[in-house]
This record gives sequence, C-alpha cells and structure tokens, in this order.
Amino acid sequence: MCALSFIPHAAAQNTPLISGGVGFFTSTNGGNTTYTPVLSPVLVAPLGQHLLVESRANIIESFFPKGSGQTGYTSSPFIALSYLQLDYLATPHITAVTGLFLTPFGTYNERLSPIWISNFQDAPLITSLGTMTGAGVGEMLRGSAVSTPKFSIDYAAYFSAKSTNMQFNAERSTGGRVSIYLPEKRLEIGTSYGRLLEGEQTNYFGAHVWWLPANSSFKLRSEYAHGTHSQGYWIETDYRLSRFGGAETLIGRLEPVFRWQQTFRNSPDPSDGLPSANTQRTDFGLDYHLPHEVRINTSYARQFSSTGNRNVWETGIVYRFLFPTWKGKE
Amino acid sequence: MNHWKRLAPGLLWMAGLPLLSQTHSVPSTAAASSTGQQSRSATAHAAHPTDGERVFEQNCSRCHNAPQGFSPRISGTVVRHMRVRASLSKEDEQALLRFLNP
Repeated sequence: MCALSFIPHAAAQNTPLISGGVGFFTSTNGGNTTYTPVLSPVLVAPLGQHLLVESRANIIESFFPKGSGQTGYTSSPFIALSYLQLDYLATPHITAVTGLFLTPFGTYNERLSPIWISNFQDAPLITSLGTMTGAGVGEMLRGSAVSTPKFSIDYAAYFSAKSTNMQFNAERSTGGRVSIYLPEKRLEIGTSYGRLLEGEQTNYFGAHVWWLPANSSFKLRSEYAHGTHSQGYWIETDYRLSRFGGAETLIGRLEPVFRWQQTFRNSPDPSDGLPSANTQRTDFGLDYHLPHEVRINTSYARQFSSTGNRNVWETGIVYRFLFPTWKGKE
Repeated sequence: MNHWKRLAPGLLWMAGLPLLSQTHSVPSTAAASSTGQQSRSATAHAAHPTDGERVFEQNCSRCHNAPQGFSPRISGTVVRHMRVRASLSKEDEQALLRFLNP
C-alpha cells in the first residue's frame, strides 16, 4: 500500500480509499481444470485522528468439472469477508483492533494472502495450522514495541470468541506473534503461538524467517508450524531479474519463484486442514510484471504423497487497483 | 527425532541460500528495487536516505511492490493503513508520511 514516487507536493489527505485486486486463475490439478475469476476489494476509511475502518472481501466464482462420469462444468459462488475491523491508534506503540481480523499467526495469512501479493495461487500447505479459521472475532492489540535503526520489535496478541455466522466464522482461541527485524541484515525472525480454547484445547507453535538482502532483488521467506496432529514448513524464494537492464525491460519484468514445502502427519485429524499423509511439494513459478499494475503468474508443482503423486499446473492474471472513494479536498 | 531428520534437508538448503544471494546481489544503489519507480526514487535518495525511505524499504517493500503512484488525497489513508498492517510506531508513520509528501 505504499508508493515511493510521483506524489505531488501536497498535504496528505485522509480520503477513504478502495484498493484490491481482480484476477482470473486456472488450475489443473491431477488432470482436472478449474477456472476461477476473483474480485478482492479492500476498503480503508479513517475516522478522525485515531480511528480506522478496514475491510477486505473475496468474491469468487469457481468453474469445475461435474465429475462422476458427467461431462461439462458446473460452478460455485463464494462471497466472504476476510476482515472487517475497527482500529484505534491508542498510543504511539499500541493499536487496539476490534471486529473480524486476520489471525496473527505466522506471516502468510496477514501479509501474503492477497491475490495481488502472493507469488503462487495456492497457499502453503501449513497455512491452516495456528490460524484457526483464518480470522478471529474479538480483540487484538498490536504495534511496534521498539523501532531503532539497529533493530525493531513488533507484536500482536489477540483473543477471539467463537462465531458460527457465515461471514464472521471464528473459533474461540487466543495467541499472538512477536518478530524482531534487523535492518542492516534485512533479516526478520519471529515466533507465533496459538491456542484453541475449545475441543481438544490444541496448542500451535510457529516460527518464521524472512531475509531480503539489501541491494538485491532476492527474497527468502520461510515458515514452520507445529500442531498436535501435524507439522510442516515452507521455504519460498523469488528473484526479480531487474539487474538485466532495469525492472521495466522485457527481461527485468520476469520474476522466477520457487517454493519447497513438507508436511508431516503425526495422527489423524481431518479438521486441521493438512494432508492426511506426509507430503512433499515443489513449486516452480514464473511471474511477469506488466505495466499498469498487471501481473501474470504461472507455476508448475509436483506433489509427492503416499496417497498419490500429482502435478499441479496454474496460471493467472491479476490487476491491482488503488484509488480514492471520492474527490476529496482540493 | 524422526521429524528433525526429515526437516534437515530443507533447513540445510535454507542455510546455503546466503551464499547464493551473495553471488547474485546487485552492486548498485538501487535499494529494494522491486519496481522501476522504486529504483528511480531510491537511487535519488541513496546518498542520504531519509527516515521515511528507511521505513518504506524495511516495512512496505518486504511484502509487496509499490503501486505505480496514487492520488495525494489518499496518502494519509495509505500510511495509516500501513501503520496497522506493518505494525509501525507513530514516529515511523510520520516519517513515512513526510517521505510520501515531501
């Protein structure tokens, strides 16, 4: 949501904005092809000096083979809120969040899940560990505990009530995340904890390492998550080829991406979202950044598991938009 | 213990990545050059990076590319959104706002 250039000399204004992405994706998994148009709008509206309303929705229509020997395709609509939250900027280091918010466990759910950010169509296999339903309904405190040129520490802690409402689906749970970032090394290390406060009262632990070296287009992101019945990790790298003549050349717009992930099943649990057997998956991708905020993503994945090996081919095109909701002050 | 044995290849691979990056790093002043806009602006600021530029490179750029520009009408909204999403302190928020509205 940040931009570096082309901002005219003018006082900053707080006009509400509409942002987000619109995309069209195809996925061929084990021989079956699915077509998925997606609209994912974000609304951000400041209220006074200390309040902010934020929301993101996902509007999806999936077209997939009928199966069971039938020919042709059928479709299924899906409309859901990712988050709808009121933020109160309480102090320079504390923001209180109320409402439906993304669960602060690991990094993927909060940072990389938007379609205009993620390098791959599919979320990592371990995404559901510790994030519960992906969102919580309740209260969260977050912010920057310390920020210096040498290091910074940020935190998030939350409590969620149980909600069975279709648009506000959440488990009764608590947890949080702490990260330390070393600017000189461009290294971030963090740990997460989550506890489901119903059923088995499951505990989840997570850790993440991000490294984006200075003066390089190379990025490394990785996460590990552990639950009672399963655990796993993913490692993702990408490298924008902008060193070959600049980021806006034919070659410089290319971005090879790679992801390696493994999951381990300790005991059966159909509800934790991980594969039922130990699984290894390797994703090779190539993104192409077109002008005007358009990106093309392509990838091939090979997944190995005792329940069967499979190939996954994916392509997609995403347009990212960002504009004011109205004209605002001159 | 068995799980750690199975995790070992991935962890070793991860440990070797710094060497790979050293080989392919870009010896230029274009910090965090994920887009053309970033490259041009970052080069201009590279000699004397501001606090706001530092905040941008260390927080916003970690997750996403910069948009190709937006209206100044929403720059305050964008920065406040980033304060929450990237867990910025108020000081960092103000530095970022100055950077986007010089």
